This record gives sequence, C-alpha cells and structure tokens, in this order.
Amino acid sequence: MRQTLIAATAIALAFAMQPVVAQDKPAAKPAAKMAAKKMAKPAVVEEKDAATLEFEKFRAKMIEDGNPAELFEAQGEELWKTKRGPNNVSLAETCDLGLGLGVVKGTYVQMPRYFADAGKVMDAERRIVWCMVEKQGFKAADLAKKPFAAETYTPEQTSLVTYVAGLSRDMKFAVPLKDPHVKEVYEIGKEVANHRAGPYDFSCNTCHGVDGKRIRMQQLPNISSKAGATTAVLGWPGYRMTGNRMLTLQWRMGDCFRQQRFPQPGYASDTVTSLLTFMTANANGSTYTGPGIKR
Amino acid sequence: MNKRHQFSILAAIAATAAIAAAPAFADSSHRAKAMTMMKADFTTKGQATADRIYEDGLQAVCNRSGNHPPEKIAKQLEGDQMATVKYPADGKLMGDWKAGEKLAQSGRGFTWNDAPGSPAGGNCYNCHQIAPSESSFGTVGPSLFNFGKLRGNTAENQKYVYSKIYNAKSYNLCSEMPRFGHVGALGEKQIKDLVALLLDPESPVNK
Repeated sequence: MRQTLIAATAIALAFAMQPVVAQDKPAAKPAAKMAAKKMAKPAVVEEKDAATLEFEKFRAKMIEDGNPAELFEAQGEELWKTKRGPNNVSLAETCDLGLGLGVVKGTYVQMPRYFADAGKVMDAERRIVWCMVEKQGFKAADLAKKPFAAETYTPEQTSLVTYVAGLSRDMKFAVPLKDPHVKEVYEIGKEVANHRAGPYDFSCNTCHGVDGKRIRMQQLPNISSKAGATTAVLGWPGYRMTGNRMLTLQWRMGDCFRQQRFPQPGYASDTVTSLLTFMTANANGSTYTGPGIKR
Repeated sequence: MNKRHQFSILAAIAATAAIAAAPAFADSSHRAKAMTMMKADFTTKGQATADRIYEDGLQAVCNRSGNHPPEKIAKQLEGDQMATVKYPADGKLMGDWKAGEKLAQSGRGFTWNDAPGSPAGGNCYNCHQIAPSESSFGTVGPSLFNFGKLRGNTAENQKYVYSKIYNAKSYNLCSEMPRFGHVGALGEKQIKDLVALLLDPESPVNK
C-alpha cells in the first residue's frame, strides 16, 4: 500500500498537474494547445479538452494500480474502532451516522441529514466532528485549528470521513430531502449559492450556475443540475495531486469561497453544510464512486 | 461600512422596495436565513475581511431579483454606476497592449492568500478568449478575439472599453464581470493597457 502511494506521488509529480482553477496562467499543455489552435473559436465548449481527457485516463489507470485514498480509509477504520479521547470510547460504539449505532455502510450517501440529538442537519465530516466532541470528549476548537491536510499532516477527521465514505462506494446518493429539516437547509443552501458579494460581485453561481462554461481550460460544473452536482461531489474525499494531500468537501467549499474573494467560512459550519446539502441532494440518484483522486 | 457600500444606497433601497413588491422573486425568508447564517459563519482571513459577506446596493438588487431587476430600476442604477467612472485627466485612453496582455494573463488579487496591497491581475483570460496565442481561455464571458478589428478603434469605442473595464455594471447592471476600476483592482494605467490590448491595430488581438 505504502509503495503504491509513493509510486502514485511520483507519477503525480511527473504529471505536473495545474491548479484546479487557474487563478494564474496554468502550465503549458502542448497537446491542448495544438488541438485548440486548430479551432478559430471556442465552438463546442461542452466537449472535454485534451487535458481533461488525459487526466481521466491517468486517473483510471492510477485507481486500477491502487487508489491512494485507500490508505486513509484504512487509517480511518482504525480510528473509528479504537477507544480514544478523554472519554475513552470508540466512535463505532457511540456515533450514530443516521442509520443506527454501529452502522457505517451506506451512511455517507445519505448525508447531509438531520440529527435529532444535535438538532442540526449535518454533512458527514461535521457529524464525525460532533461525535468526536460530544462522545469522545475532544475539544471542538482543537479540531478546528488545523482541519485540513498540509504537506505531511492529515487530520484524523479527514481519515475518518474517508473511511465512512468508502463504505458507500457504488451506492446512490439519497439525501433525505423529504425531511422538512433537510429541505429547509437545502433551500438556504440554494440562497448561499446565489449570494453575490465581495469586491468582485461573485457568487457560487457566477461560475457554477449554468452548463458548459470554463475558467481557463477548467470545466465548471453547474451545481444546480443533477449532472453538474454529481461531477462536483464525486471523487471527494479526494487525494489531490496538486500538493499530494487527502482533502474533503469541507476543504473544497472553503477553497471555492477563497477564489470567490470571500472571507473564510467556519469549519463544520451551517453555511458549509447548507451548500453541501444543496449540491449533494441535487446529485441524488447518481452513483457515488468512492473516495478518489482529484487534480 | 466603506465607500463601496455607501454607493447609491438610497436608490438601492428604493429599488429593493420595488422588487419586494413584485412577485416571482426568490423566497425572502430563506434568503434572510442564509444572510443571518453567513454573517455568523464567516471570519476575516488575510485581506478577506468578514464584512465582504455584506452586499452593497447593487449586489442587493441583483441578489433579490435573480440578476434580472425591472428594466426601469436597472437603467437608473446603471446610470449611477456610469457616474462612478473616472476617465484619465489627459484624455488618452489607449496604453501599451504588451503590458495589457501581461495583465490579462494574471488572475491574482483580493483572495485571502494574496498579500494585502499586492497588485491585482486583470483576470481577463479566466473568462474571455482574447489573443490567439493563448489557447487556455475561459468561456464565462464572450470571445474578444478580433474585437478592435470588428468594432473599430474609434474614440467612442475606446471610451466604451475603458468604462466597461472600469465598471462593467454601467452597461449591464447584473453583469458577471467585476467592476475593476470601481473597486480599485485596476488603476488608470492598467485599464489603458487593456484598452490597447483590445483596440490597438498592432495588438495580436486584431491581427
């Protein structure tokens, strides 16, 4: 497993991926450049560009050889089952992910959902953090201090989410929208996606509100559509080749707000949950392919 | 509340009231809840201060009308935006297209990890096709390839391009394009250079 990961890292470095959203001029892509030169105008923007196709081929091969996310699934499983924290209890015996104590399988694709014990709609990562605080006795402030992976550090909650997500692989997204609590948060999330503010007047929908647009060469999924929302939530939690880190949707939402020129959303906050509720419910019915690899 | 927030606030309040009276706009109770929630959840990081969550008058109107305010209101507020455009004192609107091309490439500026006060890029290629040598361009905005060749390098067009970059909302109130001059992202010289990139007959855009 470790060897595979090292190999994967080496390949990823060799592949020299560009950032997901090109805020700066991306690295030259000879194949894409040559292909694009032949077109006078960007006639069919829905078509995947050469770089995207190349990446998808590479990703398929990489997953065949051993998905780097599996390492974090294994670490997360151990964390899930071990008695830990000031209260010395395991999450396996105390943390209900919505389908009853002890059930992990199938829970990821049914979150965000409403948890009566917390009185809140929560996405998977937020629920895990809530359990770590309420059941195991960890301090919320400590968990929020460095919530996302950096160079050689991966937070425990990232591994835990990856483990939980892995047990929903090949299952269909089924966010319980019939629950009025969930529906309410979904509607609020829709408004968050609409909200234009900041120095550049951007909202989520400036980039992700219609089909078939690009920033630079990067395709922009329309998160209001089933297909676009599916593209947006698939592959997370994901091993990101830019920086070689395991990252979650909580991180991804924050990075979108950064590029939107917004301030920082609170970790495991209502705002992030509402957006994830909107996006994931829009993907309802699509099959979740498990923790994956992202550019 | 900074200057940006003060802009035409009275007109905006009037416009918002007019919109509230009209049906078929987004559910205001969910909007209100979203606003309260976001005000509580966002915190300052780097130069991205928490108050960026608050809308200015124009944003408030666009947000409450699904980016399609009634035409009368739109025209009036576009006029207010146009009034914010400051033209160069020397009357010259064309700069150096080469500097403009460099600026058009950069997408830097205003995020929480950009150094405060560091110059912002034009962000142009993120959304527009411009010079034919750059094939990595976005499609959120229209193609600007051959813009000057098609429209002509007239004084009128120079003024149009300058003011459009300075404040895109002067022409289309809820345009997706930022107000680069209005918010101080681009200065006079930089906007002139971008005008040249689009209109100068020597610019690769018009070859």
